[in-house]
Amino acid sequence: MRDYRNPNAGTLKHLDWFTVILYLLLVIAGVISIYAASYDFDHASIFSFEEFSGKQIRWIGLSLLLGGFLLVIDARMYETYAYPIYFAMLLLLLVTIFVAPDIKGSRSWLVFGPMSLQPAEFAKSATALALAKLFSSYNFNLNAKGSNYVKALAIIFVPVLFILAQKETGSALVYLSLFFVLYREGMSWLVLFAALVAVVIFVVAIKFTESTVIGMPVGEFAVMVMVMTLMVGMLVLYVRRFEIARNVFLWFAGTAIVESVLSKWDLHLTGYAYFLSVLGVAVGYCLFEMLRVEAKKLSITVLTVVLSVAFLFSVNFVFSHMMPHQQKRIQVALGVIDDPRGDGYNVNQAKIAIGSGGVTGKGFLKGTQTKLKYVPEQHTDFIFCTIGEEEGYLGTTTVILLFLMLILRVISLAERQPTTFARVYAYCVASYLIFHFCINIGMVIGVCPVIGIPLPFFSYGGSSLWGFTILLFILLRLDASRSSRLTQ
Amino acid sequence: MIGGFIVVIAIIYLIRLFGLQISDSKYKDYADNNAFLRKTVYPSRGLIYDRNDSLVVFNQPAYDVMMIPRDVHDFDTIDFCNTLQISPETFQKRLATMKSSPNYSSYTPQTLITHLSAQDYGRLQEKLYRYPGFFIQKRILRQYNYHSAGNILGNIREVSQADIKRDPYYESGDYCGDLGIEKSYDHHLRGVKGKEILIRDARGRIRGRYDNGARDIAPVSGRNLKLSIDIGLQQYAESLMVNKIGAVVAIEPATGEILAMVSSPTYDPTLLIGRARGKNYKMLVDDPQKPLFDRALQGAYPPGSTFKPSQGLIFLQEGIVNLATPYPCYRGFVNGRLRVGCHGHASPITLKPALQTSCNAYFCWGFKAMVDNKRSKYGSSANAFEVWKKHLVSLGYGYKLGVDLPHEGRGFIPNEKFYNKIYGEGHWSANTIISVSIGQGEILATPLQIANLCATVANRGWFITPHVVKEIQDTLLAPEYLEKRLPTIDSKYFEDVAEGMRMAVTGGTCRLANLPDIEVCGKTGTAQNPHGRDHSAFIGFAPYRDPKIAVCVYVENAGFGATYGVPIGSLVIEKYLTGHISPARKYLEERMLESNTIIYSGVKKH
Repeated sequence: MRDYRNPNAGTLKHLDWFTVILYLLLVIAGVISIYAASYDFDHASIFSFEEFSGKQIRWIGLSLLLGGFLLVIDARMYETYAYPIYFAMLLLLLVTIFVAPDIKGSRSWLVFGPMSLQPAEFAKSATALALAKLFSSYNFNLNAKGSNYVKALAIIFVPVLFILAQKETGSALVYLSLFFVLYREGMSWLVLFAALVAVVIFVVAIKFTESTVIGMPVGEFAVMVMVMTLMVGMLVLYVRRFEIARNVFLWFAGTAIVESVLSKWDLHLTGYAYFLSVLGVAVGYCLFEMLRVEAKKLSITVLTVVLSVAFLFSVNFVFSHMMPHQQKRIQVALGVIDDPRGDGYNVNQAKIAIGSGGVTGKGFLKGTQTKLKYVPEQHTDFIFCTIGEEEGYLGTTTVILLFLMLILRVISLAERQPTTFARVYAYCVASYLIFHFCINIGMVIGVCPVIGIPLPFFSYGGSSLWGFTILLFILLRLDASRSSRLTQ
Repeated sequence: MIGGFIVVIAIIYLIRLFGLQISDSKYKDYADNNAFLRKTVYPSRGLIYDRNDSLVVFNQPAYDVMMIPRDVHDFDTIDFCNTLQISPETFQKRLATMKSSPNYSSYTPQTLITHLSAQDYGRLQEKLYRYPGFFIQKRILRQYNYHSAGNILGNIREVSQADIKRDPYYESGDYCGDLGIEKSYDHHLRGVKGKEILIRDARGRIRGRYDNGARDIAPVSGRNLKLSIDIGLQQYAESLMVNKIGAVVAIEPATGEILAMVSSPTYDPTLLIGRARGKNYKMLVDDPQKPLFDRALQGAYPPGSTFKPSQGLIFLQEGIVNLATPYPCYRGFVNGRLRVGCHGHASPITLKPALQTSCNAYFCWGFKAMVDNKRSKYGSSANAFEVWKKHLVSLGYGYKLGVDLPHEGRGFIPNEKFYNKIYGEGHWSANTIISVSIGQGEILATPLQIANLCATVANRGWFITPHVVKEIQDTLLAPEYLEKRLPTIDSKYFEDVAEGMRMAVTGGTCRLANLPDIEVCGKTGTAQNPHGRDHSAFIGFAPYRDPKIAVCVYVENAGFGATYGVPIGSLVIEKYLTGHISPARKYLEERMLESNTIIYSGVKKH
């Protein structure tokens, strides 16, 4: 039974100490890395408030206070005040656009005397609370009516717009990770599948442009072949109409043979003419079949094919209309161009730092890449380099495993929540962590484009640390009170 | 599914990190190349002194502006050019030159501007922090106290690709010796380069020494050399040879040490220092009088009558003649239709007077007696000729003597096969080749070889390989410059030849060399040649009883040996032994200093 006189009794008992310990390990490892990253020839003590590490220790102290405070608040308060908190935060984001000073082109920092805070970091928890509140409202079902999607997407995208207006593209992209939550709460897998297809088409089409096959770039040729394979695959696995799949397959195979034979005498159709006509006939055939068989799945297949081709064209269009520096960043990240002096410099130096660490690293405070400032933003976004250089593969593996454990733990916490509110909120936390983890480490080791977002708990900066502390400790508070809710 | 997704991503990242950190070691090198600037510290090159401890060659610092193109960021080019006081066009040109070099790499230090003056160096040093990627490399250039002995000293130059390939010690941008002892003693002079490992940050700024310099390698200075050259005598001999083409070699007989070695026309070694080197070197190469060609070492001349002492020695050794053997001279050697001219003196004549008067006929008869005697111990002319040749080789002719300088010539002494090729086996005899007996015909020798014969006579039967370096700091001289070499001729015969040479000075062809206080021995030479007037030659040594100096003078197209060879040779001897020229001989000195024989070069005799 709930003890109404002391709503917090049992919070400590029910607190998920495993998560707390992971949190503390990450934060402590973080501050040590910051000390190493900003260590200089004229170094001072790790505790000096003049140093990044000293400042970070202060932030950590405040974070622990904040965490403790969040734990003593009644769990129901978060649900009750989710919308007010969300709207207050939107207001703050809006105000920030206009009052924030321009710092390296971004208007996202609110300056309070010696302290600067980035509201975008705090908006993550507010958005998570609002999304959880929406899903926990009475009889809410995402797929029940279209307006529910609109509400959910609005909660996600309004802060995204405000943050984009602050020119913080990286922080805004983080919110896209909430699609994981939507998927968990009933959104069709097709959306994630479509996103995957889109990413593959994007990468293949942009990465492979150097040679041409039958008059089109090899990347786009490959995309077209993939679309054909996808069409046949969906007809077999999803629509499960084997005779249609067989006919389409025979059509593709037959025309491909004719095309390749004709190409010997240069009589073949060039690139797009060939694919568009062949795919057009196949789509027309499927449309005809829709008159006879169950239309929904077939129409989704047809739609997938049409959208894929349309996406390919739009990728080409959008890419050629991008700013040159954006194009370059994407090309560097995809390995299309090698540019160690310019846009590739950061990633190249980051790779050198990590790669030079070897198995056991160069030793604490012995990293040359980071000490001599070859790695940019080494105490913030590129903090992982310091670990890689000084602690080697053992260090990087440890950090990755710590994050993996934390994320899996958060997911398991989410799944054990009795209430929709707590579950959705927990998934939001997991999604944010996944996105930050994947993108930050991915960019440092050169597998995804450079998107300036911090490594949670590691990167220097109070806003990021506080933002994630708030996210995590609200979750811990909700989780700690789940048994009382069960019996409520 | 979300959990599975994150596990897959984590595994991908761990695999990727494995690739970066463990299986690929190139990143370690990249990181080291980033952080460590390995700067070469050049050792000071060995100093060069003359035999009297006068400093001849020393070092002066020079500063090169180096750049590592990869580390250079945008910088204020105008300010940079103003600091160095060069025009932006010059700067661009140098940049282009640098980039077109075969050694160019954007990752290693490249030389942008060489040999900065001390003032420019000072100004640039102050501003260097503004130009990341640039640094100043201190170098050693040579400086000379005397404008003499360029052919002996040589100079230094930047190494070529071939040098780097030949000797792994060298790296692009190093300097190595070129010509002279700078080349032949390069290993001793250059020392060992050191390395300084500096820590460099991302902006190209130097942040200190790596490991507090514990891993630096200190340079080892090159060894100093003490020459056997007497720089004063060298200068004096050079001045006597002004406006003449030829060579003077003076040797200390007892040690084989070369006291002076002049090749004329010569050049000022200071022409080949620093930035002006390229231009001046080309000028010297293009000079039609070929000052870079060392006539003392490389010139192959007919020795003429200076060859006669060697002939006398061979005849005595082979028992062809004794001191009393007379040969007739009817104003020359006459045998059948063959005639070799001579000048007026008594006839018949024996060895010593023949040396005194430089009688051609005597040595022709002697040679004929040795080579053409069918009943002799040799069996054939060819065999006799081979014996004759071997004696000459043992006296230092026909092959390189092994002086400690590069590019020594070997002269030429023909052998049996050479004549078989020309005339056919058995179709030649002494008469066919009679001119070799008086140092003409096919015989060629370097002035050094001729001087060496003189030293051998002075020593009465042995010589030490001539050399120009007397001492090497902390090291012993190579053994070949300490060991006596014995010719195949018994030392007892040398006294007689020396006496003949003494007679030539007191009452023969070399009377101009008859100094009042010093007993000089000598032999003139007047060598016919296809290039114009006869070459004037002289060998001589003094004092007669205790020789301190042996000299060879060879002046191209200057006529009789007595007109240029003897005066110059005797002046060199007098100067060396007494330190001055006696007033009675000043006229001779003046005449030699002022005379010009270059005008006769290349002029055909009519």
